[in-house]
Amino acid sequence: MSTIHSESRIHERYLRHSKKFPNVWCAGCGIGIVLGAIIRAVDSLDLDKNDIAMISGIGCTGRMPVYVDFNTLHTTHGRALAFATGLKLARPGMKVLVVMGDGDALAIGGNHFIHAARRNIELTAIVVNNATYGMTGGQYSPTTPQGAHAATAPYGHIEPPFHISELAVAAGATFVARSTVYHVTELQKFIAHAIQKKGFSVVEAISYCHTTIGRMNRWGKAPDMMRRLKENSITVKQAEGKPEDELVGKIVRGVLTDRERPGYIDLYRQIIERAKAEAEAA
Amino acid sequence: MSPMLMQGDEACAEGAIAAGCRFFAGYPITPATEVAEVMARRLPQVDGFFIQMEDEIASMAAIIGAAVGGAKSMTATSGPGLSLMQENIGYAAMAEIPCVVVDVQRLGPSTGRPTSPAQGDVMQAQWGTHGDHPIIALAPSSVKESFDLTVAAFNFAEKYRTPVILLMDEVIGHMREKVELPDYATVERVERAQTLVPPEWYKPYENYPVDVPPLIPFGEGYRYHITGLHHDERGYPTERADEVNLWLDRVFRKIRRGLSEILLYDADGIDAAETLVVAYGSTARSAHYAVELARKRGRRVGFLKLKTLWPFPEEVVDKAAERIHRVVVPEMNMGQMALEVERVVGRRKVRRVNRADGQLIKPDEILAAIEGMR
Amino acid sequence: MASRIEIRLAGTGGQGMILAGILLADAAVRDGKEVVQSQSYGPEARGGASRAEVIISDAEIDYPKVISADVLLCMSQEACDRYADQMKERRLLILDSNHVSRAPTTEAIRVPITQLAQDATGREITANVTALGLLAGLTGIVSRPSLEAAVRSHVPKGTEGVNLKALAAGFEEAGRVK
Repeated sequence: MSTIHSESRIHERYLRHSKKFPNVWCAGCGIGIVLGAIIRAVDSLDLDKNDIAMISGIGCTGRMPVYVDFNTLHTTHGRALAFATGLKLARPGMKVLVVMGDGDALAIGGNHFIHAARRNIELTAIVVNNATYGMTGGQYSPTTPQGAHAATAPYGHIEPPFHISELAVAAGATFVARSTVYHVTELQKFIAHAIQKKGFSVVEAISYCHTTIGRMNRWGKAPDMMRRLKENSITVKQAEGKPEDELVGKIVRGVLTDRERPGYIDLYRQIIERAKAEAEAA
Repeated sequence: MSPMLMQGDEACAEGAIAAGCRFFAGYPITPATEVAEVMARRLPQVDGFFIQMEDEIASMAAIIGAAVGGAKSMTATSGPGLSLMQENIGYAAMAEIPCVVVDVQRLGPSTGRPTSPAQGDVMQAQWGTHGDHPIIALAPSSVKESFDLTVAAFNFAEKYRTPVILLMDEVIGHMREKVELPDYATVERVERAQTLVPPEWYKPYENYPVDVPPLIPFGEGYRYHITGLHHDERGYPTERADEVNLWLDRVFRKIRRGLSEILLYDADGIDAAETLVVAYGSTARSAHYAVELARKRGRRVGFLKLKTLWPFPEEVVDKAAERIHRVVVPEMNMGQMALEVERVVGRRKVRRVNRADGQLIKPDEILAAIEGMR
Repeated sequence: MASRIEIRLAGTGGQGMILAGILLADAAVRDGKEVVQSQSYGPEARGGASRAEVIISDAEIDYPKVISADVLLCMSQEACDRYADQMKERRLLILDSNHVSRAPTTEAIRVPITQLAQDATGREITANVTALGLLAGLTGIVSRPSLEAAVRSHVPKGTEGVNLKALAAGFEEAGRVK
């Protein structure tokens, strides 16, 4: 019973009750689970809601901020990280959470994603990877598996997918972790860690869309998708030392990197000091 | 301050600093790069942030984000970059986020000629986004005006909660002139409006009683929602036509009610004129030279220099052209502002003088049109 | 419009024509004149045609470009071929004889400007400043103290002395030519 009480307290505290529920997501969708993990992570860190911004782009995941009682900004498709960069620089004291889908973050917003990681701007990116464009009806996305069927791949998808987390590591993110909406406590833990991390942090949450790509590929209904996440994933530790062909099609969960690099704002503050000193000397 | 030699792009950047701009995001592009270079040097001196983004789309997004955080923000680009920024300019119009977009126009279309002037983005400034919204666009015709109109752009942006486009051109951006800048402490600044209501009563898009509800920066205890979707007074998405119409009415109303201060122009010799020349930007320099030449030859020529291009000053032009048979409209494009002038005064009155070849229109060409030779 | 003087400085990218234009314009500001300076150049940082224009006047300046030059400095053959005929009837054409061999008129001041600069400073790159000294010495468009002040404030730090020497060489040559 205590869990239920604490859950309802969290809902009461973090959801917008003036906003008309139910939400836009399909029954069985994992995006709500990610939302739950985010607000529980925030709650576990005891942060002031006034100091939290949630920014999104366009798509199913893009609709997340409207339901939460933070400072919320629903931007244009792919550009959430660029908007967030401006907000963070204007309000360095705020925790800025950027929620994106895979198409949003990696296709139309791919450039912003790698550059945010490269400059190590102090943002937390949470990418809900549903392997498709759900809102527009299941077209193939940058993370759709090769060979899968999609609304725009009626004969099967010929392109290989991006690996979001590995890309983030390569581009310079300081904390990168991957989990799924089945492993929800793990997901919550990663998100909490990412929020506290200084620098650009990324959490990838795998949450296959059962309504579109799941149905088109006969992957089953929402519970089957959950089972798939459970059975088809292994931890980073378990994956260690395994030959590559054994890992094909597997979801590798866990922390991919947790490292220290100077953050953009800290470095820019030094620029401010130097510029002021030089101006005064002149 | 004592007189000094200054470039138009530089004066624009200094105007931004004087107006209180503390955030700049941009991407290098000729002939606007100098604005970014000056901002990169100047902003940290005043505790501001400069960032070079990965493209113009990101630059426009970043200045909106910074404005949501309460910073006066600006980007600077040229035609190709303005094209890329359009979606987010529309976002700023929809979400009513104050910000300034500088476009130092160069010859287009496409890559065109990067170091050559043009005025080919006039229509893009108003109609570049999808959907309907008003916009404010200002066009300086001197280095000093680049400073003054940048200040005005920031003030209009804050006062009317709207993106403002500063339509410079390569001639104005790159040329150096003697200027005397004011002491920045004396520059009139419009600051972000505050609210008296507590957070639970705050409506960021309230339609009455004011036309421009205050936009409270994120992080100040007023947690609310901003979206590019059509929204209700609280900022939440709406699909109700009545709510869409209330918003639409208000955003047009807020600009319409401000016209008397938004429409900036210089006029001279109009009362006794037989011919009127309507010009803007660097072309206004050629035009005024031509007007003086014509007056020396005994012609009665009125001169109307538009500093505000959008909203188009319909009544100003209408009144100036009332008793005039010939209205000459020189511009470095194939006839964009001429379309607006023709709409107001009638097609038959208008003599267009156009160049879209990267050359500033010469006074002779305008003089010929004044004298009815073309 | 009567007091309007139009000056065109033309050469090759890398010769410092635009800096020369800025120095001349800055000197005019220091003299209390109205001034507009503009330039045109190709996409290259070095090489290609480069041109600076300066309009100096006692009254407000409308049209900011040269209509027909009162003074033209040519530091390359290409510049001379292109601009020598776009001048007023009473005008001053200055050619750097180190770079210009053919001119469409005999009424030109021919001075080995680049050589003069090389001799004065040991650096060819200061030829633009020597040319300015020559131009100012011949025309009196701007005062020498103003031009010296402009040089001091615009040239790269540490090169002020060299550039003032180059400027002086130009003024001296003007005295000889006059």
